[in-house]
Amino acid sequence: MQATFRIWRSKAGEAGRFADYPTEVSEGMVVLDAVHQIQADQAPDLACRWNCKAGKCGSCSAEVNGRPKLMCMTRLNTLDLAQPVTIEPMRAFPNIRDLVTDVSWNFQVKTGIRKFRPRAADAADGTWRMSQRDADRVQEFRKCIECFLCQDVCHVLRDHDKHEAFIGPRFFAYTAALEMHPLDADDRLGDLKEHHGIGYCNITKCCTKVCPEHIHITDNAIIPLKERVVDRFYDPVTRLLRMFR
Amino acid sequence: MVPTESHAYDVLVVGAGGAGLRAAIEAAASGVSVGLICKSLLGKAHTVMAEGGMAAAMGHNDDRDSWKVHFADTMRGGQYVNNWRMAEIHAREAPDRVRELEAYGAVFDRTPDGRINQRNFGGHRYPRLAHVGDRTGLELIRTLQDHTIHLGVTVHMEHTVIELLLDDGRAAGVLAYDRERGRFHTFAAKTVILATGGVGRAYKITSNSWEGTGDGHGLAYRAGAELIDMEFVQFHPTGMVWPPSVRGILVTEGVRGEGGVLRNSDGRRFMFDDIPDNYKPQTASDPEEGWRYTQGDKEARRPPELLTRDHVARCINREVKAGRGSPHGGVFLDIAWIKEKLPDAAAHIRRKLPSMYHQFKELADLDITTTPMEVGPTTHYIMGGIRVNADSQESSIPGLFAAGECAAGINGANRLGGNSLSDLIVFGKRAGEYAAAQARQVGAPRIDKAAVERAMGEALAPFERTAPENPYKVQQDLQESMQALVGIVRNAAEMEEALGRLAALRERAARAGVDGHREYHTGWHTCLDLRNLLDVSEAITRSALERRESRGGHFREDHPDKEAEFGACNILTRRGPDGGMVVSRVDVPAMPPELAQVIEEQKS
Repeated sequence: MQATFRIWRSKAGEAGRFADYPTEVSEGMVVLDAVHQIQADQAPDLACRWNCKAGKCGSCSAEVNGRPKLMCMTRLNTLDLAQPVTIEPMRAFPNIRDLVTDVSWNFQVKTGIRKFRPRAADAADGTWRMSQRDADRVQEFRKCIECFLCQDVCHVLRDHDKHEAFIGPRFFAYTAALEMHPLDADDRLGDLKEHHGIGYCNITKCCTKVCPEHIHITDNAIIPLKERVVDRFYDPVTRLLRMFR
Repeated sequence: MVPTESHAYDVLVVGAGGAGLRAAIEAAASGVSVGLICKSLLGKAHTVMAEGGMAAAMGHNDDRDSWKVHFADTMRGGQYVNNWRMAEIHAREAPDRVRELEAYGAVFDRTPDGRINQRNFGGHRYPRLAHVGDRTGLELIRTLQDHTIHLGVTVHMEHTVIELLLDDGRAAGVLAYDRERGRFHTFAAKTVILATGGVGRAYKITSNSWEGTGDGHGLAYRAGAELIDMEFVQFHPTGMVWPPSVRGILVTEGVRGEGGVLRNSDGRRFMFDDIPDNYKPQTASDPEEGWRYTQGDKEARRPPELLTRDHVARCINREVKAGRGSPHGGVFLDIAWIKEKLPDAAAHIRRKLPSMYHQFKELADLDITTTPMEVGPTTHYIMGGIRVNADSQESSIPGLFAAGECAAGINGANRLGGNSLSDLIVFGKRAGEYAAAQARQVGAPRIDKAAVERAMGEALAPFERTAPENPYKVQQDLQESMQALVGIVRNAAEMEEALGRLAALRERAARAGVDGHREYHTGWHTCLDLRNLLDVSEAITRSALERRESRGGHFREDHPDKEAEFGACNILTRRGPDGGMVVSRVDVPAMPPELAQVIEEQKS
């Protein structure tokens, strides 16, 4: 069976365009398979970032029929192949070439978040104890594969371009993993409020919807962090108490 | 022509998987300047796909465990052609390296008393694998990555190294190109650590990502370093077999560790039919005992599904060849059956094996809590690689170090599951430590401009060729040849044929070409990867021809038994004076009597 893939072709400094590639498709194929087939047969220079092809590394993020997806986990049988399947790069980041975007901003943001600082060890041999229950809470965030689809879809970044003032859902989940880490002794609430722009998030949950790891970014990370920031800085009782301290 | 940019570091690390990151951390912590080059974005390396866990004899789940048992297990798994000193260092140091990860922020699964939980795995006598569900590799790489970024290490993402530069026989740096623009960069360094991972992309069916093209193996070999044990390739017994586009993707051994069983099309648990004599004392005598073992019963022995990977892979191969396979050419791996034993088994499976549940659900429309999976062997790991000093990880080229999968010695003829992640952190740390110490002793290296010029010319040649070969097709043909002729079951005639095909593929690779620009041009990158793939494929084939016996991951139907003669040697590969590949035998390092005694004690 044949299907057509309408793929974004671009190079730095020039306006991009879509090009159509008809190719043979078979049972079980994912979008990334089609892209590879097109590279091998028709367009050897088609730029596409990928790595594990098993949904574990988060490299092959793109917009498939307008939806942010991992190409390696998007099966063709979930798409309408009667129409051309559009494949575009993530639009919230600068395009480098074709499907490849410059995601380096994300790596810079991470270095600005206070690193993990463990409390003193619990046992004489220098080790800690923690319950599975406490581990579970942060393991949810630590599942993140850094595909940056949540960043791509977040309107604060995508539409309002607040990259200087807002770290985005990926890094709220990252901060939550540190703040809720059973061993961590640092404090990032001041940074969240002053520098990381948590107030910009108006919890539309777009990030949660696109997360391929099904992390409840909004409910379990962002909202609890917002609550902590509010408790610390805006709660009238706390503020009153602080005046008398 | 001159490179666009030049960089200089005391220590240069090539590769940012577990070993490369751990090496960079150690070197940076000692105060030297460190550069880190990786082919992908930071945190995407193949380590991320490791599932089951990392082996360390901490004894949290069974206090009978100790480094000695771990050492003996590793040597037995490797069929005693391992470098004993590496196996010893690994077993002794792994617990500290795992605890260190916790201090860096890793969150492992816990025991009821709050310590790091350890799970059972093939070939390990006691539950030994520290783990995070079935995504331990992600936890490892993210922990190391997040620690590294605060240490002042300069990371060069999406750069590929194409030439190792020497200065008077010493490693002096590398030449690389950046994927984004296709510009050349020289990196001068007092010491270089290769941590480039494996070679799985030399085979058609593999669990490896595109990065596993044997870069470190090829770079070191062409620079004159010695490789050993290249015949020992590990075929993981359980890769996905259906649908075709996911063929080879790993199904963690953790499934069997949690009670999953292998069945053929007759419904028979065929692993009970073939248990090697040296494992009989430790193997369950019936399914009931095997089940109790997976549930933590210390009196029970392990089920035969948890025998070493080489053996399980061959048994699966045999069932399929005998016509007792599953519809798509594998066998059945069933974890759903545990509902007979456990209340709420489906939730239990989803909790213990979340990524497996997810992977089958999304890629194969299959619910592993109700339906058996179809699995078959997949090229997973190479035991062979760059020959290194056990303590320092320095190769036969001064100033060149290697760690992780691209280095060889610890695993012998077969690696135990879980020993890879611990290998990365144990020997990554050591490589970083020794490379940094040496960097403080030596002067600034001189970059060989003529070598740089020559290498850049060769790298750009694919753009000049008229009527070129399609590089993707050359790579596919290479993968098919290695799969068909130098796979799980080997013989001399097929391997001779493979050598002929490899020679022809080399000629085609020399004609492979592309059109156009240098920006993120995957076709061009593939042209440049072919050299490494061809060198490692030839090294695997020649070494496998030389080892006329069967041992561990290397099975020859024309020499199906172990031979004492070969039990005393490793096969060494290096580049001969005329540029051709030379294989020879070297003695397996002699073990001190006290360690031989440890092995004897553990044989019962």
